[in-house]
Amino acid sequence: MSNYYQKEIETASREEILKIQNEKIVKQVKHVYENVPYYRNLMDKKGVKPEDIQSVDDIKKLPFLSKDDLREAYPYGLLGTDLKNCVRIQSTSGTTGKRVVAFYTQHDVDIWEECCARAIMAAGGTNEDVCQISYGYGLFTGGPGLNGGSHKVGCLTLPMSSGNTDRQLQFMMDLGATILCCTPSYAAYLGESLAERGYKPEDNKLKAGIFGAEPWTEEMRKSIEKSLGIKAYDIYGLTETSGPGVSFECEEQTGMHINEDHFYAEIIDPKTGEVLPEGTKGELVFTSLDKEGFPLLRYRTKDICILSRKKCSCGRTHVKMTKPLGRSDDMMIIRGVNVFPSQIEAVLLKEGYTPNYQIVVDRANNTDTFDIYVEFAPEQFSDKIADVQAREKALNAAMRSMLGIGPKIHLVAPKTITRSEGKAVRVIDKRKLHD
Amino acid sequence: MAITQLSAFLENTPGTLYQAVSTISDAGVNLRALSVADTSDFGILRVIVSDTEKTKAALSDVAVCTETKVIAAKMSDEAGALKKILAIIQETGVNIEYVYAFTSAVAGNAYVVLRVNDVESAEEVLAKAGIATLSDEDLEGLL
Repeated sequence: MSNYYQKEIETASREEILKIQNEKIVKQVKHVYENVPYYRNLMDKKGVKPEDIQSVDDIKKLPFLSKDDLREAYPYGLLGTDLKNCVRIQSTSGTTGKRVVAFYTQHDVDIWEECCARAIMAAGGTNEDVCQISYGYGLFTGGPGLNGGSHKVGCLTLPMSSGNTDRQLQFMMDLGATILCCTPSYAAYLGESLAERGYKPEDNKLKAGIFGAEPWTEEMRKSIEKSLGIKAYDIYGLTETSGPGVSFECEEQTGMHINEDHFYAEIIDPKTGEVLPEGTKGELVFTSLDKEGFPLLRYRTKDICILSRKKCSCGRTHVKMTKPLGRSDDMMIIRGVNVFPSQIEAVLLKEGYTPNYQIVVDRANNTDTFDIYVEFAPEQFSDKIADVQAREKALNAAMRSMLGIGPKIHLVAPKTITRSEGKAVRVIDKRKLHD
Repeated sequence: MAITQLSAFLENTPGTLYQAVSTISDAGVNLRALSVADTSDFGILRVIVSDTEKTKAALSDVAVCTETKVIAAKMSDEAGALKKILAIIQETGVNIEYVYAFTSAVAGNAYVVLRVNDVESAEEVLAKAGIATLSDEDLEGLL
């Protein structure tokens, strides 16, 4: 018997869920059409009227939204209600150009936190638990989302935020944390740090971990479970749709249940945009069903995955998605941060370098390594090591301010970066994230 | 008088120094002095040669090069000689970025190469103290 936050809806029959979705989508489309001129234009261009959408089957008639639309409409273009009704923003990392600012009304915050509460209870959480939240707090959705979910469940919440490992471990041990929420790489790091301090996995009181915001493998799951003596659950979400909790794992650990009463999921062919049948691999597209502040219809996540309606032993009836199996664009997730090669190129040009570079991402000790090899121009060369190193340091700082994380910069001689078939290989990802 | 040093950027991998030195050798140029500064990623090869122009033309094909003015101060090949020179420089407040030394074929002659942040001031005080420094012309016939 599984542990539910909202058992009735989480285990509702397919018919009941469809009924809820059909009612909500009609209202949501009407709300967007009336309040979001940007999307109204897209619908008008496509010749779709709100009354054409009578059920979720009609969603395929609607135009897609992409990250480019979000960028174009920044900051208020996709706002779905008056700002006076909004109580919060959250934002993705990255440049102004790539940054996404999402707006939340109190209703939006509530449904988001409920989704997170479902995830925590699916991981066995109750009001007797001590929930340590070591995701970053602030603009990043990880900390605030799980924090709200933990409150809703009634856990004693430890709002640790990320970093300061000594303090993390002290609170974990002294206050007997039973659930840990953070990125999988940080969980692995905490596990190692405990071992280094002489603790055995059974010395802590943790029973479960809810890990997300970056890709991780089954192998990594096993290693974290062993080092912390817990069961590790995956959680998925993106700022555009609210944050973590769009989908989450149950004890079966065979995919993440999408909260279908709030989000309608489609899988499309990333090239043609055609909707693909269930069980086919393709790009995940979300339509919010009851959001006010930042409602997005047919938002292309660029994450490649597969949906499954196979009956789940946990009793939940909501559709399950696999972990993202890849991306349909060139975005990388490094230490939980979204990184686009175009951002790196922009920094290089701004700092006076040629856009000849190579990004190498790998994983050492369960943490992503991030190196950028950059060709310097002959006139940038100096006979002093200190000058070259100062250039590397300055470039690291510029990258850090743009990306939110600092890569190790390696200046290399002009024309030395490997080019294959005349075209430079920009990204080498050695992490083997997808099984 | 300051002299011209050539510096080349070399990747820190096997064979790069060999390639650079072979190029200089193939150009028929004699190395007067050499130093390599290294990091885990790269090294900077610095050379003083008999023919800077010729060397630069050849070396540019295999590595990024740059010319730098450095001071080569003559010292007697005996204990305390370098100390004397450094003491003079120190008094002026000129900063030394790096330093290396070489000896000449003439017994008892040695030179210290100084890369400083203010070549003019360093030259001036050395000249005042009666310490000889090499010029580019000297390099051609240096024994």
